[in-house]
Amino acid sequence: MRAADAIIKALEKEGVKHIFGIPGGAIIEVYDALFDSGIKHILTRHEQAAVHAADGYARATGKVGVAFATSGPGATNTVTGIATAYMDSSPIVVMTGQVAKSLIGNDAFQEADITGITMPVTKHNYLVTDENELLKTIKEAFHIAGTGRPGPVLIDLPKDVTTAEVEFNYPEKITLPGYKPKYRGHPRQIKKAAELIMKAERPVILAGGGVILSNASEELTKLAETIPAYVATSLMGKGAIPETHPLSLGFIGMHGTKYANYAVQESDLLIAIGIRFSDRTTGRVSDFAPDARIIHIDIDPAEIGKNIEIDVPIVGDAKLVLQELITHITYRKRKEWEDKVEGWKKSYPLRYRRDNEKIKPQFVIEKIWELQPDAIITTEVGQNQMWAAQYFRVRKPRQFITSGGLGTMGFGFPAAMGAKTAFPEKQVVDIAGDGSFLMNVQELATCVDYGINVKVAVLNNMFLGMVRQWQELFYDERYSATCLRCKEMSIEKIAEGFGAVGMTVERPSEVEDALKEAFEIDAPVVIDFRVDRLENVYPMVPAGAALHEVIDEEV
Amino acid sequence: MRHTIAVLVEDRPGVLARVAGLFRRRGFNIESLAVGVTEKQGVSRMTIVVSGDDRTIEQVTKQLNKLIEVIKVSDVSKNSVERELALVKVSATPQSRAEIIEIANIFRARIVDVARDSLIVEVTGDEDKISAFIDLMKQYGIKEVTRTGKIAMQRGSKALE
Repeated sequence: MRAADAIIKALEKEGVKHIFGIPGGAIIEVYDALFDSGIKHILTRHEQAAVHAADGYARATGKVGVAFATSGPGATNTVTGIATAYMDSSPIVVMTGQVAKSLIGNDAFQEADITGITMPVTKHNYLVTDENELLKTIKEAFHIAGTGRPGPVLIDLPKDVTTAEVEFNYPEKITLPGYKPKYRGHPRQIKKAAELIMKAERPVILAGGGVILSNASEELTKLAETIPAYVATSLMGKGAIPETHPLSLGFIGMHGTKYANYAVQESDLLIAIGIRFSDRTTGRVSDFAPDARIIHIDIDPAEIGKNIEIDVPIVGDAKLVLQELITHITYRKRKEWEDKVEGWKKSYPLRYRRDNEKIKPQFVIEKIWELQPDAIITTEVGQNQMWAAQYFRVRKPRQFITSGGLGTMGFGFPAAMGAKTAFPEKQVVDIAGDGSFLMNVQELATCVDYGINVKVAVLNNMFLGMVRQWQELFYDERYSATCLRCKEMSIEKIAEGFGAVGMTVERPSEVEDALKEAFEIDAPVVIDFRVDRLENVYPMVPAGAALHEVIDEEV
Repeated sequence: MRHTIAVLVEDRPGVLARVAGLFRRRGFNIESLAVGVTEKQGVSRMTIVVSGDDRTIEQVTKQLNKLIEVIKVSDVSKNSVERELALVKVSATPQSRAEIIEIANIFRARIVDVARDSLIVEVTGDEDKISAFIDLMKQYGIKEVTRTGKIAMQRGSKALE
């Protein structure tokens, strides 16, 4: 059979239902094979968006997302998407076309060394130079992407490999002598952790995206209730425990809640699960949780001790480790600590200055939450993302999809397309800034074409808001290149130009009705919320400060 | 502190680039890197000399282990036999030639090429020995030096598998 047909058949065997991508000369053969397949292909308008969509699909479902691109510029356009998935450990497989083997290295038309380029941002990548290795490679790629610490895998397919004849014997097993993820935690370490937990007076759980990736939310909640311990999450960990749960502290870090930051700083034991202690989470490392012993559970041994020194390391899958850990723990009330944390929660709630004239961006998000608490939320990056993280109280894992590690503007909208493709019956809302939204605005065409009816709430302040905020606070209000100066731009008309529904909302009193209307409409809708231009994100831990050195606004 | 790390890898195209790239982007400093095949088909062995504190070395080891094609990583800094090979092309006049050969003999080095006004000397040994030899050759005028980088193997019956 033609190798291209074998590729599609292999993808079917892997259970692939949707592929996001753009064809081109080098991958035309694979697209030809796709023509007869039951797999639904979604033609995006940019390869970066195709990869973000596959990523959003993966984050919403937990399955491996798939994207296609052609060689050269098609392939290089995928890099930002791949790097985004890599930083957030999202399982995707990206297949790129490549020029024929005989042309590789000759600077042929649309040739790029995409395996070389993506080496630092993929979990693994392949250039298939022998058609007989093709099926084995696909099998390995899906296995590597989806197991252990998940991540993106790229397969580069020279055109003559896709046209070759192969026999379809899809391997059942794989042999990767260097790849053996460890799932079970070491029993002695788990016991040691349990002993520390039992002794602790001020225990705090710090949960990251790894809890969501390993589907360990239930176990996490149970652990928290059993100890009992308050749970702070990283941005990626939002939804690991319902944020409406009395033990939830919301998210910590640069724009996290004050009480989460205080609780972590004053804890005497930190149980860190599936988290990599990014600088945005820890603040100044030398003053991070100064009194705490630290237990770190992670499937990736390289994360343990990378940024923070650890007292009890446990390498393993969060779900399995927590199941085991819980059996060693009994409930013990810690009244003093509880009073203290509850006091912080009362004294320092998330808050903002209400306004009847100007739309406050936080208010928009509160309303989205009130109207659609079960919606899948994706975000762009910047102020919009932080307000979304603060004011959308996520109740379920995989409900909050955001570019945490790489901080990719332009991620949220295509990621929303991916999530909506996976769950067409759910409301999927991209919370966007005007700067970010314009970075992949062309995907409105894709949404309209395929009836992917996502909603986009643009918090339009005509600024690159987060950079503007930093300039205001730390650079004497020298707004260098952050004012988007597009008062004349009509997002409503842009949406309409693509065939979607556009709305403009200028008054707080109109916010709720506009949202209600948008959620009713069975079409992609973009709402341009003209928000208070100078609103900032608070609380804020300045870069380089410790978590308790938080600045806040008088309200 | 300097560490010598032995890495067994699958012998596939791009593995060297993956390993070298890992060191570069994570800011680990490679002092030397030597690669060759092993007794097992499809498996190569890299010997990497890297300097850093214990935490850096721990990260180096863990990050190397994350690479799919890396089969085994082992710190072989202690209790090991370490060797390097160098070829040294040194100027030799009829007057100095005998002296150079004499020094080479003391170092158990071998003359592997003789020309009218130069010699190539092959010398193996640990780094200090080779450096000492090169230092002595300087007085005659070194034209060219090439060194392999260090390879190492732990003493005793224990083997990297």
